[in-house]
Amino acid sequence: MSSVRAEPIWEQLEPLLPRVQKPARYIGCELGAVEADWSKAGGDPVAWLLLYPDTYEIGLPNQGLQILFEILNERPDAVAERGYAPWTDLEAEMRGAGVPLFSVDTHRAAAAFDLLAFNLSAELTFTNLLNMVDLAGVPVRGADRTAEHPLVIAGGHCTYNPEPLADFLDAVVLGDGEEVVSEITEVVAGWKAHGRPGREALLRALATVEGVYVPSAYEVTYTSDTADAVIESVRPVWPEAPELVEKRTIADLAEWPYPRSQMVPLTEVVHDRLNVEVFRGCTRGCRFCQAGMITRPVRERPAEQVVAMVTEGLERTGYDEVALTSLSTADFSGIADVVGEIVAGDTEGRISVSLPSLRVDAFGVDIAAQIQKGRRTGLTFAPEAGTWRMRQVINKLIREEDLYRAVDSAYSQGWRRVKLYFLTGLPSETDEDTLGIARLAENCIEIGRRHLRNPSVTVSVGGFVPKPFTPFQWFGQNTVVELQRKIHLLRDAVRHNRGIQMKWHDPRATLVEGILGRGDRRLGPVIEHAWRSGATFQEWSECFDLSAWEAALEANGLTPEQFAYRHRREGEVLPWDHLNAGLHKDFLWQDWQDALAEVGLPDCRWTPCYDCGACTGYGIEHVVASAVPPAGGSQGTGQDLDTGGLLPEVVAVPVELGARAGAS
Amino acid sequence: MTRIRLRYSKHGKVRFLSHRDMAKVVERAIRRAKVPVAYSEGFSPRPKLHFGLALSTGYESGAEYLDLDLDPDRVGVREPEAIAEALQPCMPAGVVITASAALEPGEPSLQDVVTSTAWQVDLATDIAGDPADLAGRADNLLAAATHEIEIVRKGKQVREDLRPLLLALSVEPTGGVEPITERARLTFELGTKPRSVRPAELLAALGVSEPVCMLRTHQWIQRDGRRFEPLGLPDASPHAEARAS
Repeated sequence: MSSVRAEPIWEQLEPLLPRVQKPARYIGCELGAVEADWSKAGGDPVAWLLLYPDTYEIGLPNQGLQILFEILNERPDAVAERGYAPWTDLEAEMRGAGVPLFSVDTHRAAAAFDLLAFNLSAELTFTNLLNMVDLAGVPVRGADRTAEHPLVIAGGHCTYNPEPLADFLDAVVLGDGEEVVSEITEVVAGWKAHGRPGREALLRALATVEGVYVPSAYEVTYTSDTADAVIESVRPVWPEAPELVEKRTIADLAEWPYPRSQMVPLTEVVHDRLNVEVFRGCTRGCRFCQAGMITRPVRERPAEQVVAMVTEGLERTGYDEVALTSLSTADFSGIADVVGEIVAGDTEGRISVSLPSLRVDAFGVDIAAQIQKGRRTGLTFAPEAGTWRMRQVINKLIREEDLYRAVDSAYSQGWRRVKLYFLTGLPSETDEDTLGIARLAENCIEIGRRHLRNPSVTVSVGGFVPKPFTPFQWFGQNTVVELQRKIHLLRDAVRHNRGIQMKWHDPRATLVEGILGRGDRRLGPVIEHAWRSGATFQEWSECFDLSAWEAALEANGLTPEQFAYRHRREGEVLPWDHLNAGLHKDFLWQDWQDALAEVGLPDCRWTPCYDCGACTGYGIEHVVASAVPPAGGSQGTGQDLDTGGLLPEVVAVPVELGARAGAS
Repeated sequence: MTRIRLRYSKHGKVRFLSHRDMAKVVERAIRRAKVPVAYSEGFSPRPKLHFGLALSTGYESGAEYLDLDLDPDRVGVREPEAIAEALQPCMPAGVVITASAALEPGEPSLQDVVTSTAWQVDLATDIAGDPADLAGRADNLLAAATHEIEIVRKGKQVREDLRPLLLALSVEPTGGVEPITERARLTFELGTKPRSVRPAELLAALGVSEPVCMLRTHQWIQRDGRRFEPLGLPDASPHAEARAS
């Protein structure tokens, strides 16, 4: 590691950049990217390269990496820089010229760092991880690395089932990274100070850190060596490794006002705006939502801290847009006050505030109306399913009336387009449920005609992928053929309505996501095979290649059925059973049974605890300023669930409305 | 309405920023520096900034210009030097503001007035071929009455005569060391009316097709028999303009 620390490689990279698309994504130079001080710790700091396995445009805005970048660089014994996946054109140039993966901060070679630390937010980026490790000049398989190679580690939502990547990752972090990165730094610093006594010694020491999972410290056995085998057992082989690896959770977001100086890139990226996290965790309890399950409990940032971070952030960055981020920002206790203060402080009227996820009720629209500057083009809601029955199954307890009120409110306040997000392929879904999506969209169009001549509704449909640590982890996902059939069914149903546009995700990509999401260690050779056959950037539709995955599965005697399509039994050992996201497995099973019985579960922020395990096992609890649920609509816990099944009054109205519109 | 003209240079890593990227960087810098720039009307008001001829991504420059309109009703720094001073720390490394001035009312836009741009590029022999030969090719091009090139404009393949827009061209040894063996410095000036010739098109005409780092050294305005820059560098002597022309 330190032997190759040497000098930046900018001069080798620079001649390649005029030949590639968008070279600005490789230069760094962002505002807020403090230069790491490599003279720390006697010139041998613990050096982290924080990596995002996708392009700069997607990876730069990642708040998790920016938070860790600051925390690590503030330490006296660590440095952190950042790197992203070079697009295929630069990769070809780099391989041709022998230029390794580099950091964008000081353009050092990746192998000059002690740790290559990946953020894993999407399964389809797994092959990019292998590709980046390979571009770094590091063996892709952990077993082939020596004490001279960097550690390859990962964190992020996908690492709650890291088993498909067990061959490639030396260690994995579960949960919030704010505290554990410091503990890992100390372990690595200690190991270096003792003269690097072998790689296994380092991994054994890391296995003792709470929240750190070392895959090579566990042995997995299977019931047979056939394709339909399931896991028999997962056992630690080192005494240092715990039977059950616990996730890390920071108790109070107020103590972590990061990023303190969010980076402002010089070139275009997604979410190119100031982002302030207003709370972490969600207890709405949507059963399909892994993020909501694994990030519990809810920890709100104090409203005054949010306002301070917004005010200082806008001043420092020069951005004219701020997003208040969370899994459901309208549920933030201080939302009305915070938005009011931001709007009041914006004396020149040039700041726009965005809420990445809008609640489906009139309250949400009112908040949006307060902050939306400029042209009101589109507003997005996520009812997720087309019928009340289906929404009870997934515990997204939105009444149809509330959706219609929200949509009515949006059109009446000047928005011209409503975008609706849905999932298809949900447990117990019938064609009636699927077609319910078309009915909702049509009714929204009719409501829009009260206010506009040509209202527009965009229906966006994604194929449902069951995820680990959710009540649906036992569910066998719909096949590609079935998802395709449902999408066609829906497309035919809305085709006659010119106001409705429909978009959908590729069901073939949904399949691969499902295989990787709930797979086990037998997928290691499959991922490696797919990567070696060139299947990188798989989340980009122009690069996605199902045949590479089919060939890779077949070469290893495995099938999609085993990992994605079959329903799993209660007693089956799941690949992630030795990891703990806080939720009791019996709670999840009960919630799965409740789902099939179409029984909803209220939000525990404002109702009694049902002991999912996220708080009780860790001595932590919700940090929620408001003791009462938010105002308005079924998504507050004041909802009357019994009325949800009734035919909403508005549904009967559109015919009359349509007639009136036609007459005028 | 006061219009301020700034001159800046762009060197190093930031040369890979596109014209569009640069515009956004400047917008944010203006907000951070609290320069009281005027905004357009309408649904999405934008700061009133006017850039000159776009600099290709990957090229460096010692002569970029930017005009900005101040809002008479907003408070903040208004003096050209003070604006330059406030903006400089808000610019990325490699962008240096080198001059600033208030424009006379009615001064036409940069896009309209600039008539030619001057360039300099150092070529290694492995991409330029034998430099002596390069000098010969340059002489031939200058001696020719016309030189048609095939280019793509708006998605269409067209033939255009490059020669009328080639105003000057010379090949010298880099650093003045004779003979030209390893690196050659090419300097040239290209007209912008009725349309600009791209520096890469000239290089291609000389048989150099590899992308290289080009330096824009000047933008010139030819008007009423005089030749001058949109905004000269402050420490340039008053005779510099005359010498350059």
